[in-house]
Amino acid sequence: MTVQQLAAELSLVSLALPDPQREVEGVYIGDLLSWVMGRAQSGNAWITIMSNLNIVAVATLADVSCIILAEGVTPDEQVKETAASKDINILATDMTAYQVASALSGLGL
Amino acid sequence: MNEAVRFHFVVDGEDFTSAGQASVQVKKNLRRLGIPPEIIRKISIAMYEGEINMVIHANGGEAEVLVYEDRVEMILTDRGPGIANIEDAMKEGYSTAPDNVRSLGFGAGMGLPNMKRYTDGMKIESVVGEGTTITMTVNLT
Ligand SMILES: Nc1ncnc2c1ncn2[C@@H]1O[C@H](COP(=O)(O)OP(=O)(O)OP(=O)(O)O)[C@@H](O)[C@H]1O
Ligand SMILES: [Mg+2]
Repeated sequence: MTVQQLAAELSLVSLALPDPQREVEGVYIGDLLSWVMGRAQSGNAWITIMSNLNIVAVATLADVSCIILAEGVTPDEQVKETAASKDINILATDMTAYQVASALSGLGL
Repeated sequence: MNEAVRFHFVVDGEDFTSAGQASVQVKKNLRRLGIPPEIIRKISIAMYEGEINMVIHANGGEAEVLVYEDRVEMILTDRGPGIANIEDAMKEGYSTAPDNVRSLGFGAGMGLPNMKRYTDGMKIESVVGEGTTITMTVNLT
């Protein structure tokens, strides 16, 4: 499934969607950045409540397919702009991390 | 023939909101050199952890990346406080990160273990009060 399809299925808000056709493979949940660096896999959808600018660099280097901001957190405008220019997809939702993960599981991820 | 391609970066110690720029640039440069994505991922994650450590723990430093035919070498040098007990610092979960950076998601104490995991060789040289040099090697073959 692509990031765009995933966003549509779960009615996620697209805060930045520069690479909508990126294929999503698996899911990782975490807020501690070096856990994400150590454990997330290339192509994962990364669910987090961290919304500061550092998530863009982490997503770039860990090569995740998208960041999903859960629990209604909203990033600064600068995060959206940087993500758009660095080719990083950011989606957002009011759902909890658990609800997002559960929904993704329902989609077969 | 065996001349290395060399990249050099000065890592700013003031601004950890935009930290990681050197690593992101290295990722781009390595892609241009045609290095396989899985290897680039290992190199750039290891470099990021080292870069962030220089920003958070050492007020910045310098990074040198050397691309040889058979390996990539990263040399990170800072004039920060040094690491008193390297064995402790290498343990998963060990961190002296202050609260203000913990609130940004750093301070899990997983950076150095990640650097070790993602590289084929890692050497830490550190003198308390003088600084730290970390050399990491990732094989290309
Ligand atoms: N360049 C450095 N200069 C001085 N101390 C360092 C340096 N790099 C690491 N350290 C020390 O080693 C500890 C462990 O580093 P490590 O990267 O594993 O964890 P962290 O940076 O505290 O947290 P995380 O990397 O998970 O965000 C640090 O908390 C710090 O005390
Ligand atoms: Mg660290």
